[in-house]
Amino acid sequence: MNINWSALADTAAVSFGITVAVVATFALGVLGLSRREAATEAAGTASPATTGTLALAGATVCFAACAAAVAYGLTLIAA
Amino acid sequence: MEHIGFLVAVVIITALAFDFTNGFHDTANAMATSIATGALRPKVAVTIAAVLNFAGAFLSVKVASTISGGIVNEKAGIHPSVIFAALAGAILWNLLTWLRGLPSSSSHALYGGLIGATIVGVGLHGVNFTTVVTKIVIPAVASPIVAGLAAWGATKVAYLITRKGSEKTTTKGFKTGQMFSASLISLAHGTNDAQKTMGVITLTLVSVGALPKHAMPPVWVIASAGLAIALGTYMGGWRIIRSMGKGLTDIQAPQGFASETAATAVILTSTHMGYGLSTTQVCSGGIMGAGLGGPKGQVNWGMARRMVYTWGLTLPAAAVVAGAAAFVTDRGTWGVLLVGAVLVAGSGAMWWLSRRQPVTAGNVNEVTPVPLDVAITPAGATPTPASTTVAA
Repeated sequence: MNINWSALADTAAVSFGITVAVVATFALGVLGLSRREAATEAAGTASPATTGTLALAGATVCFAACAAAVAYGLTLIAA
Repeated sequence: MEHIGFLVAVVIITALAFDFTNGFHDTANAMATSIATGALRPKVAVTIAAVLNFAGAFLSVKVASTISGGIVNEKAGIHPSVIFAALAGAILWNLLTWLRGLPSSSSHALYGGLIGATIVGVGLHGVNFTTVVTKIVIPAVASPIVAGLAAWGATKVAYLITRKGSEKTTTKGFKTGQMFSASLISLAHGTNDAQKTMGVITLTLVSVGALPKHAMPPVWVIASAGLAIALGTYMGGWRIIRSMGKGLTDIQAPQGFASETAATAVILTSTHMGYGLSTTQVCSGGIMGAGLGGPKGQVNWGMARRMVYTWGLTLPAAAVVAGAAAFVTDRGTWGVLLVGAVLVAGSGAMWWLSRRQPVTAGNVNEVTPVPLDVAITPAGATPTPASTTVAA
């Protein structure tokens, strides 16, 4: 019996990598939303608008990356 | 041979019944953590899962052909009575584990049933044991561990990154994320598991010559398999949802998102690589990992141990029941009728037992907090600890 250990290891490593990457990206997006909220609440102090907008832009990029991962997942399911 | 037509009809109905139990057994995989964290209300969760399982059934028929061509050797003379026996074993095991609230693998129950029935009905040469080890046993051991590690790492990272954010916003964010991750699991589940039933029905039709060898499942087979799994999913195996969502660990939104993402990643990667793994085991492994990686770092090991024992037992137990059933169905039409009667009576009895301590959408989250393994509470007392839903 021939067991393909390297394919198994690859599968495990890829699964681990994708999970951590997606969750980290999503968490950064959530953090961005949280920062924006804080900035909006603190409106009136030094340059709140810029901080808030930057945080929102960052969050948008993160969520877009996650959406891309989901879309790739969908193509794998339908393949 | 005049009972072939009757037998084929019986097999198709039984296959759809198995598909139904598969659905309600596995609702928990995608939705247990979403229900436990409150990301989705119970009824909403099962509705989404049902719709996506149905949709998933139409997405691919790739696995449907490997089930019939991989584990059991079609050329060795698999006939409908063997397949019927296999399904009987798988259904009975699925219902028994559901009654006890244990998330066992429906796929392994089906594989075990096919293996047991084939050994008795056809002989050892009917089973491709190399395929069994490389495509089923090894992934079964590896996948929950990989999912657990990935969920553990992802949970750590999620808490680390969001530690300075406001808790209200992050919880809301992760709950929203859970809707997507849980939906993706449901879709993948429908694609994978509905295909197994399609594979079984197709295998039956091929075995009586109604379809040519290596035929793709006809549309009515795809649609009915999708419908059966969706109905089962909508019924919701609330006992198992409770065990997985509340019995293993106290799960929060970031952990739920991490475990669901890990499960999705492992399922999609492995399916892509051609491993037929168990969604149930992957999701349970993910939840355990997320529990350990969370701020409390706790897992109810009593429940975890029971689940792992059940996983180990699933394949052999379904094989033994199916083997016995195959021995009886081999006797002729009366044997098939006898097994059918036992199957219906057994299923009815387990349903009746479940009524004594019902778990429903309304009380699925009402359990005492995690470390539990306490003595059995009197029947009817609520809230019941998750690990004593097995009392009946």
